Amino acid sequence: MENLIALLIAAPLLGAAVLLCGGRRLDAVGHWIGTVLAAASFVIGVLLFADMLGKAADHRAVTQHLFSWIPVAGFQADVTFRLDQLSMTFVLLITGVGSLIHLYSVGYMEHDERRRRFFGYLNLFLAAMLLLVLADNYLLLYVGWEGVGLASYLLIGFWQHKPSAATAAKKAFLVNRVGDVGLSIAIMLMFTTFGTFAFTPVLGAVDGASEGKLTAIALMLLLAACGKSAQVPLQSWLGDAMEGPTPVSALIHAATMVTAGVYLIVRSGALFDAAPDAQLVVTVVGAVTLLFGAIVGCAKDDIKKALAGSTMSQIGYMVLAAGLGPIGYAFAIMHLVTHGFFKAGLFLGAGSVMHGMNDEVDMRRYGGLRKYMPVTFVTFGLGYLAIIGFPGLSGFFSKDKIIEAAFAKGGTEGWILGGAALLGAALTAYYMTRVMLMTFFGEERWRARPTASPAEPDVEPAAEERGTHAEPHPHESPWIMTIPMIVLAFGSVFAGAFFGVGNRFLHWLEPVTGHEEGNSPVSAATVTAATLVLLLVGVGIAYLQYGRRPVPAVAPRGSLLTRAARRDLLQDDFNHVVLVRGGEHLTRSLVYVDHTLVDGVVNGSAASMGGLSGRLRRLQNGYARSYAVSMFGGAAVLIALTLLMRAV
Amino acid sequence: MSFPLLTVTAALPAVGAVATAAVPAARRTAAKWLALAVSLATLGLAVAVLVRFDPDGDRYQLTESHSWISDFGVRYELGVDGIGVALLALTALLIPFIVLAGWHDADPLETGSSRWRPTQGFFALILAVEAMVILSFEATDVFLFYIFFEAMLIPLYFLIGGFGDRAHQGGEETASTQRSYAAVKFLLYNLAGGLIMLAAVIGLYTVAGNFSLQEIAQARADGSLHMATSTERWLFLGFFFAFAVKAPLWPLHTWLPNAMGESTAPVAVLITAVVDKVGTFAMLRFCLQLFPEASKWATPVILVLAVISILYGALLAVGQRDIKRLIAYASISHFGFIIMGIFAMTSQGQSGATLYMVNHGISTAALLLVAGFLISRRGSRLIADYGGVQKVAPVLAGTFLVGGLATLSLPGLAPFVSEFLVLVGTFTRHPVIGIVATVGIVLAALYTLVLYQRTMTGPVKAEVATMPDLRVRELVVVAPLIALLLFLGVYPKPVADLVNPAVEHTMSDVHKTDPKPDVEAAR
Amino acid sequence: MNPVNYLYLAALLFTIGATGVLIRRNAIVLFMCIELMLNACNLAFVTFSRMHGNLDGQIIAFFTMVVAAAEVVVGLAIIVSLFRSRHSASVDDASLMKL
Repeated sequence: MENLIALLIAAPLLGAAVLLCGGRRLDAVGHWIGTVLAAASFVIGVLLFADMLGKAADHRAVTQHLFSWIPVAGFQADVTFRLDQLSMTFVLLITGVGSLIHLYSVGYMEHDERRRRFFGYLNLFLAAMLLLVLADNYLLLYVGWEGVGLASYLLIGFWQHKPSAATAAKKAFLVNRVGDVGLSIAIMLMFTTFGTFAFTPVLGAVDGASEGKLTAIALMLLLAACGKSAQVPLQSWLGDAMEGPTPVSALIHAATMVTAGVYLIVRSGALFDAAPDAQLVVTVVGAVTLLFGAIVGCAKDDIKKALAGSTMSQIGYMVLAAGLGPIGYAFAIMHLVTHGFFKAGLFLGAGSVMHGMNDEVDMRRYGGLRKYMPVTFVTFGLGYLAIIGFPGLSGFFSKDKIIEAAFAKGGTEGWILGGAALLGAALTAYYMTRVMLMTFFGEERWRARPTASPAEPDVEPAAEERGTHAEPHPHESPWIMTIPMIVLAFGSVFAGAFFGVGNRFLHWLEPVTGHEEGNSPVSAATVTAATLVLLLVGVGIAYLQYGRRPVPAVAPRGSLLTRAARRDLLQDDFNHVVLVRGGEHLTRSLVYVDHTLVDGVVNGSAASMGGLSGRLRRLQNGYARSYAVSMFGGAAVLIALTLLMRAV
Repeated sequence: MSFPLLTVTAALPAVGAVATAAVPAARRTAAKWLALAVSLATLGLAVAVLVRFDPDGDRYQLTESHSWISDFGVRYELGVDGIGVALLALTALLIPFIVLAGWHDADPLETGSSRWRPTQGFFALILAVEAMVILSFEATDVFLFYIFFEAMLIPLYFLIGGFGDRAHQGGEETASTQRSYAAVKFLLYNLAGGLIMLAAVIGLYTVAGNFSLQEIAQARADGSLHMATSTERWLFLGFFFAFAVKAPLWPLHTWLPNAMGESTAPVAVLITAVVDKVGTFAMLRFCLQLFPEASKWATPVILVLAVISILYGALLAVGQRDIKRLIAYASISHFGFIIMGIFAMTSQGQSGATLYMVNHGISTAALLLVAGFLISRRGSRLIADYGGVQKVAPVLAGTFLVGGLATLSLPGLAPFVSEFLVLVGTFTRHPVIGIVATVGIVLAALYTLVLYQRTMTGPVKAEVATMPDLRVRELVVVAPLIALLLFLGVYPKPVADLVNPAVEHTMSDVHKTDPKPDVEAAR
Repeated sequence: MNPVNYLYLAALLFTIGATGVLIRRNAIVLFMCIELMLNACNLAFVTFSRMHGNLDGQIIAFFTMVVAAAEVVVGLAIIVSLFRSRHSASVDDASLMKL
């Protein structure tokens, strides 16, 4: 059965190869080839899952060795896959959500002339992501890690004719590369410390290594995770990544790729457990990001960017949980899966709204859409209830567990982390309610012609840019797009209860991640109650601001914090001033140095030789008689010298 | 006596060069086909060498030895080790692509130009370079090596100075001036390096009494040839200087951007992907083997210079406005990696460096040849003159992107394997140097993606709107290179197995063993 | 008669020839001056031969005459073609070697 593992990756890889090399002949059927191969991968995943369920809990991990990849004295990297409960979870999430989004894209990208290529990239992404979660060693994981980065680069920049998309794609790749440096150094450190970088030997030999080395490795892994999962300080690319087509945002920048960092931390659990200092940093990064993302999400008027802020924030929860150690690993993954359902559903809903609204993304030009898009409204609404943690829905089970676990860390840290997580829950309720109200309720603001906003030139003048001044005609999307939304809505509603009741998910993952109960200073019931109260507060404030009062079609100037949050809390400005400008000056001055100094020394010596020879050249005046004079003169001198020598 | 396969492999392109040059000017196309046939036949011979070579056998195989100038002990000695075989195969592999890519580069100019471009001369010169490069990979006699190391400058000088890039902003007049400047600069730099090496070669002879690499290395290993520490160091520096110019290592690099910028893309590939490899190859073969102690003595300085090359080359690549100069500076950065790997003195580093030479050859060829096709379409080398090519010529843009991704060492493509090996190999012995060099991978992403973004994406510029996509001939050039990049990225084992035993020998030459991992060391 | 006097004569002739080469511009005159110098050398050779009592000097003198004859042939040809192309026999007009 384990021989099927390679097929999981092979199916989408084949799709990518066929679609990208196939040329225009495949334009008519390309999207179906891509979808079928993604679904095939899902079917294989289900088969493997069924097989795994038939085995005892401790014997579920299987490996498949394909071939020796890089064999160099002592440095042995193999192409070996490892399928255990953790990677199985990811395989099902990736192929399942992936297949649904392939299906959705068939409708969403229908009018794009490069649809075949889009599906090729999507398949490439699936293959890389599966490689990432199935790899048996860190170097192979690195291949998948950069592979998803490449797919993300290609898909963010899919509409390359838009300079903003090309820039966003480049930015995403570069920021990720900074994280990749962390992963590279972590692997090198592992090699010098353990002599290998395969999961089992490294994680099994943790006891033999010094804590300093382990902390360094863990921090480098965290840097990698920050890059891929858009955690502070490497989060700036995620908002811009929304330039990509919406299915891409749903699959890559919400459900799967951005959670790879969480996977990395959970997978390296044993390493982090042995480096408590690094774990503390992980929790801090998670807590900061969950607040950061939530604040940004509160201020954005672009529906996708608001959702992107939310994604950042939710991944912050996961990273926080992963940083808590065995108390939180399983909950991090559980939230990851439920988040995969509801956030993908929300993005697809947003895509459906945009589809019906001439690609308008500014929520201030939405309003009252529930009448026109009933299916979208219901599925989006269920996703909304799930993400804010409405009792009984997915988010309630998974997020609540993380908040409890944060308190269970104990000590002052526990209180701070738990408090941050609670505050985040309130903010989540606020910004999601805001999105919901602005989009589906209130006046139909899209009927009014868009006017240029004089106050805030920085707010995206989306419709003007796209040149669609015509009044949109909101309509429901075709079935091929609504079916995936409905399926994901089911997941958003029931997945949490299915996993959470009786701790089913916990027991499933326990053999891989381990688990321990923390002792929380506050009881679980108190935490749940506090969460619910804060949830109501968040929803209430949002209702007061956006439900009771009409939403202005032009964004008000807003407080200092709002304005900062609209600009991603000034992170981009910082990057621009320090990195971009600084880098430009550095390269320019280096070009100058190379030209004048390094080359100058050489050219200078050449020029001085040239000058010397120019002087000497004057002696060669071309008059035969003057040459004769020098000959005679020379002869005379020679004779004189000879005579002189004789005399002496 | 066995069949002299190595001699024949080198002699074939040499004879082919003479034959190509002798084709009358009227039958220009015949000369092209002849050159292509000869280069393909050489590739066949190189494959034969690969097959006959046994990686686990003797260190030098297929050896040939004849007395040549007996008064000075100069012998005609050939032989290849795993590293030599790999690079010989790379050379023989790339030349057919270079010939095919340069198919129209030497056609006579349009009427009205006074410049005379002998088409058959262009291809004859390429074959001549191939013959000499192959011989320098094969020579195991120091003097013999020196001869070919220097002699290859002559055809290259004419290739750079005589057959420049037609796409030039300043018109034919400026182009011609800059071309001569580049050619002379190339020649002077390399001659200076070569003459210093000649002094070291003579010095070696006065110390050792002969020129045979194997005999001297053997005598050094068993202690029968003693060299004073200072003598060894001076001789090492003499050799190393020549190789560092050719490689090129910062701060001896400035000839490369000029030479690559002014020559046509295939010739630029010939320079970086093939000829420059002789420099790094010779560091491994001559510097480490003949002067192990001096190599270890110089390691810290060389590693620092290599890291400077990596970062400096990458930063300058970011600041370039000319596509070919950008790739040239990127190559300088990559040569930094290769030299760093060689002098890391670990098996990962040296295996990685050798793989890097092969992979860099292929990836640069892919990127530079596609860039050449692009430049020949628009007639400009300036990045700013392009935009939106992706929309007009998707296949061209796609291959350009793959070439670029190989240059930034994306995992899954061949250069990643070698770059990571070099970094790991360096890191195990010199952690700080390794970490600083790792920053280079971010810069590599920066210059590649900026280049791609500015040329290929965005709104379509009016001048590129009618640009045709890749033609069949161009696709034939690029597709195999890309396939090879993918294959060697996924399955580099064949090359690694070829190289590893040779690296073991080199490691034992310098009396170094790999550092042990902490966990093992603790036990 | 003391043979040394012949040497003085040879030196005098040589000096006259050399001075002529250095100061005259006409190619023909120049040429005649060179002949004068050659013959001065011949005289010196023959004198030395006489003084030392062997024939080496005389043999060399014959060689010199042969070379001088060959030189006349080549040199006059050059001068004539120079005169044809430039209508002047002045050597200063022919400074083509100047860069």
